[in-house]
Amino acid sequence: MANVTLRNVRKTYPGGFEAIKGVNVDVADGQFCVLVGPSGCGKSTLLRMVAGLETVTGGEIDIGGRIVNQVEPADRDIAMVFQNYALYPHMSVFNNMAYGLRNRGMKEAEVKTRVDEAARVLELTPMLERKPRQLSGGQRQRVAMGRAIVRQPKVFLFDEPLSNLDAKLRIAMRVEIRKLQRRLNTTSIYVTHDQLEAMTLADILVVMNGGQVEQVGNPLAIYEKPATTFVASFIGAPPMNLMSMRADEIKSQIGNSGDAGILGIRPEDFVITDQTPVGGVALPLTVEAIERVGAETFVYGSRAQDEQRVAATPGELPPGEVIVRIPGSEAPPIGQKIRVAALRQKLHLFSGDGRTRIEA
Amino acid sequence: MVEEEGIRRYIAHGILWIGIAIVAFPVYIAIIASTQDNALIANGQMSLLPGGHFFEVYYQTIFVGTSGSTREPVGNMMLNSLVMALAIAIGKIAISIISAYAIVYFRFPFRMPIFWIIFITLMLPVEVRIYPTYKIVADLHMLDSYAGLALPLIASATATLLFRQFFMTVPDELLEASRIDGAGPLRFFWDTLLPLSRTNMAALFVILFILGWNQYLWPLLITTRDDMQTIQVGIRKMITTTDALTEWPIVMATAVLAMLPPVFVVVAMQKLFVRGLVETEK
Repeated sequence: MANVTLRNVRKTYPGGFEAIKGVNVDVADGQFCVLVGPSGCGKSTLLRMVAGLETVTGGEIDIGGRIVNQVEPADRDIAMVFQNYALYPHMSVFNNMAYGLRNRGMKEAEVKTRVDEAARVLELTPMLERKPRQLSGGQRQRVAMGRAIVRQPKVFLFDEPLSNLDAKLRIAMRVEIRKLQRRLNTTSIYVTHDQLEAMTLADILVVMNGGQVEQVGNPLAIYEKPATTFVASFIGAPPMNLMSMRADEIKSQIGNSGDAGILGIRPEDFVITDQTPVGGVALPLTVEAIERVGAETFVYGSRAQDEQRVAATPGELPPGEVIVRIPGSEAPPIGQKIRVAALRQKLHLFSGDGRTRIEA
Repeated sequence: MVEEEGIRRYIAHGILWIGIAIVAFPVYIAIIASTQDNALIANGQMSLLPGGHFFEVYYQTIFVGTSGSTREPVGNMMLNSLVMALAIAIGKIAISIISAYAIVYFRFPFRMPIFWIIFITLMLPVEVRIYPTYKIVADLHMLDSYAGLALPLIASATATLLFRQFFMTVPDELLEASRIDGAGPLRFFWDTLLPLSRTNMAALFVILFILGWNQYLWPLLITTRDDMQTIQVGIRKMITTTDALTEWPIVMATAVLAMLPPVFVVVAMQKLFVRGLVETEK
């Protein structure tokens, strides 16, 4: 049981490349923290720094009130689940899980109790004597989890643990991991590039980009109020529609808006209607493509340049591709002209460089 | 495999049989000759069927030796060869795997230059550096000793490179998982790397044992005492006699005995050997 605090953590590689540019994150005891971001954003590096597998070149990593910058991985009281599982191929499942305990000089009886308990929880009991190569991907994944939980560490670290599994198994394991973490109530840090995984698992979500934290917070709060255009387009699928506009243009259409330069609207916040809501925006579209996925339909629409010139009524937006999410029962034919609108409170405003959210 | 039909299959098999005959016939002659009476062979009247002197020839070969040229029991020569071959094979594997471990997993000053120096020694086999090597062994008073026979042949660039290549295919995450599991460098080497290298070691052992067993030039140079002779050197010495008839049955029996240990090693370790060459267990 421990909280994990990162204070202004930096990582500069010997070549001068700055992978982590000063990160501050505070994970409370028992919380599930997810680091999410595109590949190369530094999220794995950050996790490996917490694990002690990468050196820290600046700032402090604090696990349970102890600065661990100089502490060996084995002495940090953490356990890690790797993307490729990293099971010892020549050891049986039992020995894979017992190895870390035996290295710490634990009595064999206690080792057996703990491994048997973990195997029972993870439904691995019939496979204890098998070698990793005789297991399926999902089973290997569970062995890797087992190796982490037998240690009863202060912190679990997960490095994209589900990305080698197929889609169905991934969802099942996602639920398993969450249930297990709730039951053990162990502080966890989880790295993924999958925003859906991030949204569903996290108590506290850290969105990273280019070695920096873009936003930290409750996943739903981040979804509802993304702090930057990067977060707005990264969290949520399909991504938020972002439209660059001149400040006076925005002002003329939706009134007081500070000096916003970018307007964002989530696909699900549009409705097909001929009305223009008060203070909101409306948008005539030509349907370019539709995707019907059952429960919902995604409409990919565009506004032609010449049409824009003709029909510039107040409350209408400039051209560009726009994604609209509508109920699955509806499907406008391709080529049809439709008109969509969004309410004032559903609009997101950002500064022109996309780095600041503007509340107006 | 493609099924060949009719006449082409017979031709293919015929060619294989001719190949086998070419390889096997000299071996057959050696075995036959080792059971014949020396006078018959000397007269050029050797039969192609086994003679009746099998037990007496092999008894004399193993426990007594030739009566003229070497007078050293071949049993003793085989022991010398065995000690040398085992020392070379095991010593090479031990040293190479440790140096490969150092080169792959540790960061120390001049790591790459050291690797390249090891690499360059590939171009310097014993035959090339035989004079300086002899001088060193002589100065260390290791002539006519097992240490002198084996030590200079132990350092091996080939085996080091082989282990290096293998270690580089072992995923880094295994090392990281070991570190988190509280295994230090020695434990990781002993608990993870060595078991994973098992098939590689077996394949190397077969190759290196045969290499050691077949050494000729080096043992010839540094052994002068008859009781330190290896079997390969012994065979050669038996053939040359100054004033008596070459004892061909004993020479042939020695040749047959010299073939047995490599054959035994290959047969015994064949499964591991093939696995070590074709697959990596990960």
